[in-house]
Amino acid sequence: MKAITFAAGCLFASSALAQENVLTVYAGDYVVSEWGPGPKIEEMFEARCGCDLQFKPGDLLPRLLLEGERTEADVVFGLNTDVTKKARESGLFAPHGVDLSPLTLPIDWTDDTFLPYNYGETAFIYDTTRLPEPPTSFDALLDAPDDLKIVIQDPRSSISGLAMALWVEAVYGDEAEEAWRKLAPKILTVTKGWSESYGLFTDGEADMVLSYTTSPAYHIIAEDDHTKKALIFPEGNYFMVELAAKVATTDQPELAQQFMDFILTPEFQQMIATGNWSFPAALPHEQWPEGFKELELPSKVLFYSEDEAAALRDGAIEAWRRGLSQ
Amino acid sequence: MLTLEKLRYTEGDYSLSADLTLPPGRRVAIIGPSGAGKSTLLDLVAGFLTPRAGRVLWQGRDMTATPPDKRPVAMLFQQNNLFPHLSLARNLGLALRPGGGRLTAEETHKVEQALERVGLGGLSARKPGALSGGQQSRAALARVLLQARPILALDEPFAALGPALKVQMLDLVQEVAGELGALVLLVSHDPQDARRFAGETVLVAEGVAHPPVDTQELFDSPPEALRAYLGQ
Amino acid sequence: MASRPVAVSAAIAAAGLILALVLGPVVAVLTRAGGWGTLGPGDWQALRFTLLQSLLSAFFSVVLAIPVARALARRRFVGRGLLISLLGAPFILPTIVAVLGLIAVFGQNGLVNEALRALGLPGFSIYGLHGVVLAHVFFNLPLATRLLLQGWLAIPAERFRLAASLGLSPRAMFRTLEAPMLLRIAPGAFAVIFVICLSSFAVALTLGGGPRATTVELAIYQAVRFDFDLGRAALLSVIQLCLALAAGLVALRLGTGGGFGAGLDRMVTRWDGRVGLPRIMDAAWIALAALFLLTPLGMVVARGLPGLAQLGAGSWEAAWNSLTVALASTLLCLAWALPLSTRWGEWVGLVGLAVSPLVLGTGLFLIVRPFANPLSLALPVTTLVNALVALPFALRILRPEAEAVRADYARLAMALGLTPLAWLRLVLLPRLRRPLGFAAGLTAALSIGDLGVIALFADPERATLPLQVYRLMGSYQMEAAAGAALLLLIFSFGAFWLCDRGGRANVDA
Repeated sequence: MKAITFAAGCLFASSALAQENVLTVYAGDYVVSEWGPGPKIEEMFEARCGCDLQFKPGDLLPRLLLEGERTEADVVFGLNTDVTKKARESGLFAPHGVDLSPLTLPIDWTDDTFLPYNYGETAFIYDTTRLPEPPTSFDALLDAPDDLKIVIQDPRSSISGLAMALWVEAVYGDEAEEAWRKLAPKILTVTKGWSESYGLFTDGEADMVLSYTTSPAYHIIAEDDHTKKALIFPEGNYFMVELAAKVATTDQPELAQQFMDFILTPEFQQMIATGNWSFPAALPHEQWPEGFKELELPSKVLFYSEDEAAALRDGAIEAWRRGLSQ
Repeated sequence: MLTLEKLRYTEGDYSLSADLTLPPGRRVAIIGPSGAGKSTLLDLVAGFLTPRAGRVLWQGRDMTATPPDKRPVAMLFQQNNLFPHLSLARNLGLALRPGGGRLTAEETHKVEQALERVGLGGLSARKPGALSGGQQSRAALARVLLQARPILALDEPFAALGPALKVQMLDLVQEVAGELGALVLLVSHDPQDARRFAGETVLVAEGVAHPPVDTQELFDSPPEALRAYLGQ
Repeated sequence: MASRPVAVSAAIAAAGLILALVLGPVVAVLTRAGGWGTLGPGDWQALRFTLLQSLLSAFFSVVLAIPVARALARRRFVGRGLLISLLGAPFILPTIVAVLGLIAVFGQNGLVNEALRALGLPGFSIYGLHGVVLAHVFFNLPLATRLLLQGWLAIPAERFRLAASLGLSPRAMFRTLEAPMLLRIAPGAFAVIFVICLSSFAVALTLGGGPRATTVELAIYQAVRFDFDLGRAALLSVIQLCLALAAGLVALRLGTGGGFGAGLDRMVTRWDGRVGLPRIMDAAWIALAALFLLTPLGMVVARGLPGLAQLGAGSWEAAWNSLTVALASTLLCLAWALPLSTRWGEWVGLVGLAVSPLVLGTGLFLIVRPFANPLSLALPVTTLVNALVALPFALRILRPEAEAVRADYARLAMALGLTPLAWLRLVLLPRLRRPLGFAAGLTAALSIGDLGVIALFADPERATLPLQVYRLMGSYQMEAAAGAALLLLIFSFGAFWLCDRGGRANVDA
């Protein structure tokens, strides 16, 4: 018993000490890894705030919802539009109070709670040496010969998988299930997350992989490999954005606000492109890093607002399930 | 005086009853057909089984509920009398220190003496696997010496030994028991053992352990149950 | 035995801890959810598929293990011991690594399809129910083989001598000697493998090729991560738990123990099948099993070698974390297993393997949260969960031997009045050295390889190696990820081999 009291005492003591100028940021697991943007963000922000920024990785929203108002998070970094409705309804977030005029997104963004920091679009990635003549439209993909093999992610366990379900919904509407049925023979397999899919693609197991329009930038910049390309479809590619938000119950309101303001600064935006291999949310095209400038951009960007997405989601997943279960 | 007072043990269809008295220092054979309950009787004395009714007394004191190690009984089993991974010294040491603690110099000396007594002097560092069957039996007897209990229960421990070796061992038991002044209960299926070793014999047959009778007389005019067993 | 009351109370405490650890989180999740959820149409499909693939996987794992174990039991050849150890490696591989290894062999552009193409034959696709079963057999055939091998080695040599002197035909020999042993051991093996496959998720999905291969565990994942429908998650996890316990109960009634503890070095001299067809068949089975199990491992090694050089300090730190967690889990698991090494203890132990890790993690998070910061408890919780999950395997290994020790020496210990501590220290532990070594090796390897880290408890500073593999892959570092996977394989197999060997060195009969 004594030991427990002692341990608890230590915990409180250390958390009391830590209260001084610590900004706690809940972030996706990929953010904090040594190749993710986390370490750079931490370095840059700590230099300007004179505080200690601590990333806590893991399941963002489930953890926050479980913790409720007693969460120690000050800022949440890495939400997606597919969960913002649930997040907003929890009432755990405060308005970000950031001027949105610098945004350079391909869509209008007026949300006062969730602040975009980077974006991309869903796209199929292929290797020009292995697939010299890829399908040039979604329709062409559906009609492609069945020996063209693609890997996608499960919409029930992966954000990009869900984005694809909504993408098919946006392009084909009531015909979504039929579209999935036509796509089915070409789908080599469905994986739990993006990593497994992309691993299968780089191993040469599949011809194309469901990923993002920004993926080729990694190969160009980090590997000087110009053979990986994203397919831009005339029907449109589906918009995906990553968001940050301020927690209403934060005990560091000034620091949290300072962090939110930091996100749209050119300094942060310059870094995030190569830090997170995504398009910066508030940076004119001419200021993008070299490899990004040469990427082909979608002619048409599809996007559902969170209310639309919430209404369509179950139907889109069901169309996916039925179309592929035949 | 070991008293089995209106003792009754049952297990399913099987039952065994005993109502008899055995004086200290005697050598008693327990014989009877296979499955009659010879080992059961020994287990009741040693405390491995609890009777349904009746009492077990030693020198007038009730020990029916006493656990095996607190009873005045040292027992040799049919097998597994020694831990095979421990040296003889450690095996025997457990008789003196059941907590497995380190032996004092005096205790170590006692262990050596006991081994010497059974003819295993200088072998205390050996493990049982490095000994012959006869030597293993001797080592187990040495432990009985150390335990120094007034009752010695033998559940056919020498059944696997050759005839000559078995005779040797029974002689050694006789000596050891003599030194301890112990009452010896020997379970055996061999009438020769009983004749050679025991003055008295308890016949266990048809669910009853009969009071001891003179061994010689018993075999000279065997009762019906024994006759069937002896094949006469 | 003087230690009887102590042993009983230790067993009750150990079993109580398991139940509290499993049921506590389920109840916590339920309470938080405010009641049970409801099942959707997709859930019933998931349930059917889960049952189907688990039954098929367990069936083929056990049936194919029979000829392999038989061949290994009666053949003597150079490197037999090493082969038996190596054959255990797939079982301890983390799933993502194993899946990529399997795909490198059986995938579209894998070795098998390349060979078929070179021969002008049509290729085949691994994706589908057969792929799921193939992967599960890959994982579990080694386990089944070791269980059965032990059964064969436990048949007394005298019986084979008797059979030889009677001149029994191979058929008669199988019926009188081997079939009874198989009937005794196979149900237990089947049940453990069935339960492992019940909670399969990533393997089933990736190799199943799509939503038809949805398992209950995926539905739980979706309920927790996407829908935040905790009531449905709790309901699904309880269904999963009941299936596992039912399987365990059936096995308990059918099989009467017999484990895979010791004596793998022992060879039974047999007089049958020394020449001709049986000999060729045995060699073929061993070669096939080795090829099937070792080729994907070889691919993991080949793919990982270039990546090893790219590993940064983070990966080595992660490796160190994994090793310390594995050491702690192993000690905890063995201490837990010893008092539970009985029939009912083994059944209770199955619970830890059967509960959904996601529900377990969420529940623990809810329980821990009011008292401490879950992030600071990441490694202790991982240790605890790893030990819990490895417990059924440790029990399967230890139980038969522990029962034998008790049967052989409990009376002697009682007669001597050994204290509980002396019984443990001087009798039980030394007598169980071989199975303890094997169990320790398996637990350590599982702990290193398993992604026991629950995402809710992820610690920013202290990642484990499997988590590191995922993080590397998530950041496009596919080559480094393959290197980290190889590191993982080396460490988990190394830990397994060290413990297993350590248990066997200098053992007296």
